[in-house]
Amino acid sequence: MTISLVAAEYEPKGIRSTTFDKTVVLRGTTLLKRGFAHMQKHGVIMDVTNVEQSQIAEDAGAVAVMVLDKLPYDVRKSGGVARTASVKIIEDIMDAVTIPIMAKCRIGHVSEANVLASTGVDMIDESEVLTPADDLRHIWKWDYTVPFVNGAKNLGEALRRIEEGCAMIRTKGEPGTGNVAEAVSHIKLVNNAVRWIASISDDHQELIRAARELRVSLPIVEETARLGRLPVVNFAAGGISTPADASFLMNLGCDGVFVGSGIFKADDAAQRAKAVVLATAYYDNPKIVVEAQKMVDEKKSMLGLDTKNLELKMQERGPSV
Amino acid sequence: MNTKISVGVLGIQGDIEENKTVAQEALIHSNVKGDVKFVRYAEEIEKIDGLILPGGESTVISTLATIQGGILHTIKRRIAEGMPVLGTCAGMIMLAKRAYDRVVGETRQQLLSNLDIVVERNAFGRQDDSFEAKLSIPILGKNNKFFKGVFIRAPIVIEVGAAVDIIAKFNNRIVGVRQGNVIGTSFHPELSGDDRIHRQFIKTVLDCKRHKGAQQI
Repeated sequence: MTISLVAAEYEPKGIRSTTFDKTVVLRGTTLLKRGFAHMQKHGVIMDVTNVEQSQIAEDAGAVAVMVLDKLPYDVRKSGGVARTASVKIIEDIMDAVTIPIMAKCRIGHVSEANVLASTGVDMIDESEVLTPADDLRHIWKWDYTVPFVNGAKNLGEALRRIEEGCAMIRTKGEPGTGNVAEAVSHIKLVNNAVRWIASISDDHQELIRAARELRVSLPIVEETARLGRLPVVNFAAGGISTPADASFLMNLGCDGVFVGSGIFKADDAAQRAKAVVLATAYYDNPKIVVEAQKMVDEKKSMLGLDTKNLELKMQERGPSV
Repeated sequence: MNTKISVGVLGIQGDIEENKTVAQEALIHSNVKGDVKFVRYAEEIEKIDGLILPGGESTVISTLATIQGGILHTIKRRIAEGMPVLGTCAGMIMLAKRAYDRVVGETRQQLLSNLDIVVERNAFGRQDDSFEAKLSIPILGKNNKFFKGVFIRAPIVIEVGAAVDIIAKFNNRIVGVRQGNVIGTSFHPELSGDDRIHRQFIKTVLDCKRHKGAQQI
């Protein structure tokens, strides 16, 4: 896979041409934003809420940390409005670890995104784990120099987010449940749709029909057909709790995984974090996945929630287009 | 001479597919027979003629390479024996003797130390400071075509040993080095849509293999 540069046909405001010691340099290009996401591949991005957790994550081999105010499980428990994390905590974490730092903002909340961008986080997650702030539109991410990641539960959603300028997709599961079932079904849904698009790649009329059905523009459907995969890096997220979960999702063709509550809601966080990293990198080697699985104790896994009778379905939140 | 070479890309974490793709293109453009594959185990690393250490997170790659059967030792030994290596960004950090981070100071990560350099990680800043810039790299030939340098949370080289040649500079900062068969770059040649650095590496691998073959005869 090489980096796909398919984009909305317009001059993104997020690209800044600046000088660096009198030399002209370009920042915020699609190549740099998607390139950053490509560097995360085959890695584990861990949700953290404080400096201590971020250091445990870094030592375990997390490829980046995602800062949020409450872990998804606690968001469910506490109810109320979930907002972006305190700037102070984000800054403290930046001073404590060398790996990239991501943070979540509410869907459509341009101001929270601006705040995060000016703190200097490496990537912003416009996330349904927080309470959506706009029911009609997502953030227009081409306006930013910093790259974004968005959730998606089917191909149409994923391609619409890419059209808005996101540099990375995470296939939605049901966060905070400790249950991978939703993540698994959405990845299969996306994969099947990509296979369908690839199978009609030489039929222009059918591609136009597909674009209408998916409610996206034609160029991005053509690009998906050409590549036979999503045009940006795709990570799995939502409900991953054990090394075997991570290996399972990697085997379904994801480029990496996000782990939310699964690590820091377990009673063996440091050890579990290492085990998930190992099982993600060596997902296709059953012997190493067994080794990783031995590093964790199932009695210490988070108990988890049944995804059937949830009061709050996070994956359903946010604008439908 | 019809020497076939086998190039490995350390396939643990990072932009491994991009490096594989560019290396395959470089083989074709250089008219060299060979294959490129991902390597993750010691026995695979023993069999290759050249190794690419990709971009990614250097802490993650070295942590996994250390715990997983100690392949870091195998890589280190093979480089010391003369196996050509190309390290891009995180790969160059792994090759260094010492690494500092702009914010947290000297890092605790395991390094290969095959390249006599000291690097500063994230030297230009965070992702917001990542940039593209034109580089002039004389070893790529005299056609004066700039190389598009893609710097993503890039490191720079802050100290070089006597045996190290500087192959690329950006505003007086060292961003490309070569010591014998070992090449390191701060930027990502695998992302610039230009295979000249990888072709240079393929040439090194080929020369090295032919030289070894000649010695054995």
